[in-house]
Amino acid sequence: MRTDVIVIGAGHAGLAMSRHLAARSIDHVVLERGEVANSWKTERWDSLRLLTPNWQSRLPGYEYRGDDPEGFRTMPETIAFLEGYARAIAAPVRTRTTVTSVRRAEDGYAVSTDRGAWRARAVVLASGACNLPSVPPFAAALPDSVASVYSKDYRNPAQLAEGGVLVVGASATGVQLAEEIQRSGRPVTLAVGEHIRMPRRYRGRDIQWWMDTAGILELRHDEVDDLGRARNVPSLQLTGNTEGRTTDLNALTAIGVRLVGRLAGLREGKALFSGSLANQAALSDLKMNRLLDAIDAWASAQGLDAPPRERFAPTRIEALPALSLDLRGIRTVLWATGYRPDYSWLELPVLDRKGRIRHAGGVADAPGLYVLGLPFLRRRKSALIDGAGDDARALSARLAAHLDATAKAAPIPRIARAADFASPAISF
Amino acid sequence: MTAVAEKQVKNGVNVEALLGAREALSKAPEAAKFNWKATSKWVGGTHTRTNMKSFFGLGQDQSHKSEFSFDTDHPEIFASEDKGATPVEMVLTGLAGCLTAGVAAVAQLRGIQLRSVKATLEGSMDIQGILGIDSDVRNGFDGVKVHFDIDADGTREEIAALVAQSQKRSAVYDILTNPTNVSVTVN
Repeated sequence: MRTDVIVIGAGHAGLAMSRHLAARSIDHVVLERGEVANSWKTERWDSLRLLTPNWQSRLPGYEYRGDDPEGFRTMPETIAFLEGYARAIAAPVRTRTTVTSVRRAEDGYAVSTDRGAWRARAVVLASGACNLPSVPPFAAALPDSVASVYSKDYRNPAQLAEGGVLVVGASATGVQLAEEIQRSGRPVTLAVGEHIRMPRRYRGRDIQWWMDTAGILELRHDEVDDLGRARNVPSLQLTGNTEGRTTDLNALTAIGVRLVGRLAGLREGKALFSGSLANQAALSDLKMNRLLDAIDAWASAQGLDAPPRERFAPTRIEALPALSLDLRGIRTVLWATGYRPDYSWLELPVLDRKGRIRHAGGVADAPGLYVLGLPFLRRRKSALIDGAGDDARALSARLAAHLDATAKAAPIPRIARAADFASPAISF
Repeated sequence: MTAVAEKQVKNGVNVEALLGAREALSKAPEAAKFNWKATSKWVGGTHTRTNMKSFFGLGQDQSHKSEFSFDTDHPEIFASEDKGATPVEMVLTGLAGCLTAGVAAVAQLRGIQLRSVKATLEGSMDIQGILGIDSDVRNGFDGVKVHFDIDADGTREEIAALVAQSQKRSAVYDILTNPTNVSVTVN
């Protein structure tokens, strides 16, 4: 089978790219190992809601028109949103089609799947940033008495044995699971490394409204001093909720979660923690306050009518947090330590020594190869559903130029269909 | 970097060289592997002299401009002759040196002029551990406190951020806060 472009993955990023390719009349297919929104269907816990308000999930030509713009989508709502988008744009998705290899071919790429082979002139990797759990190498040394659960396999507390739980990682996932599991009656110890504290609401608005409106999420990849660092920033400690509830470490301490430092190792039946917790908390408080300072400065420059500036109590850390934990008191270790992409099927020399794809703003280091949906791919918002549209628009333009430049003699001219973008937005 | 140039900050740290090294080493990670070395000789009693001259890094043997020598001993209340600082005080020396160097480097990078940086360190220890009186008591510090007094052209928050960032990037802070495999052999 032959097409011009193969998009791998039918999540928000792959669908946004499909929409832009269709608007340029570029022949393409979207290959999806499962169904549309597969990870959202199979790798999320029951109570999860998006961390961004409904209004903020904007896909090309598709935005929220419901009566609860400030609400946060549940997983079924998120899935329905993406399925609705795939239908609305009539994305050419081949579901239940797993890509088994991508290789260089004479005029582009040979893409093998478990449902036949494809040839394409360009490939877009939209298979996500979160395929394989990143756990420390010593995780395998956990005693058999302790269940080891990755956050993508967690659904609800009832799935865990009664008894102590060690949650490793204090980004969005770790703090949400620590809260839910502690409230279920299982005492939680939370191992905290680098994290980013963030209030859910600030000066009368959702924090995402401030970051969106003040342009903080628009920061481009070529505007940051240290892009490698920016791409590794952990997710904000946020929970999708309309009550304005903040899920920072102080909130967790208040319900009885015990905080310890980063998990540093396992030795003689004990988990060992770093003694750096106080500094991790101090760094996070400083970082949060710098963001709030920037928001205040912006609000003041705009002459914005908003409630007065707020500052939050510093993170409370015990004078001497525990440095070890006897694993006999722990039934489950829940890894909320992040994920990395799986490129095991990508048979191209485009990975760096740490297995990350080499790319400049989504243009990979191979002609006609593009990547979407990675943290800070082109902008700070790239990891959000809301970031996929701008990234897909920019990369589809690069992709179209590549197709034009590599077209064999006498290509059939494509008719630009810019009108597609001027059409009224489809409402959800 | 504009702010740095405008304010003519001089903390005596060559940040351009450090940033250049970071850039170069991120492309040649093998050269980033260093090996720090010390050799010691027992002088007598609890008195030991430790020397440092050579080390390995950037793919080859390197050398300090001159050999450094440090004496360690125990104080007279331990029935020793007090010919040098205690080894645990040398650990505090390492932490103070590392964090302070970090403060200076980060301040230079952020365009903050330092006038004075004073650190006061305390390592608390229950010596029932090392004396074998109570096996529940650890040998080492049960806590380390560092207090900085910093006079600099920066806000309170900027100075707090210097100290926090310095811990984040400090080798000795990491050595003290995280477990390290130590292998000791004998001929």
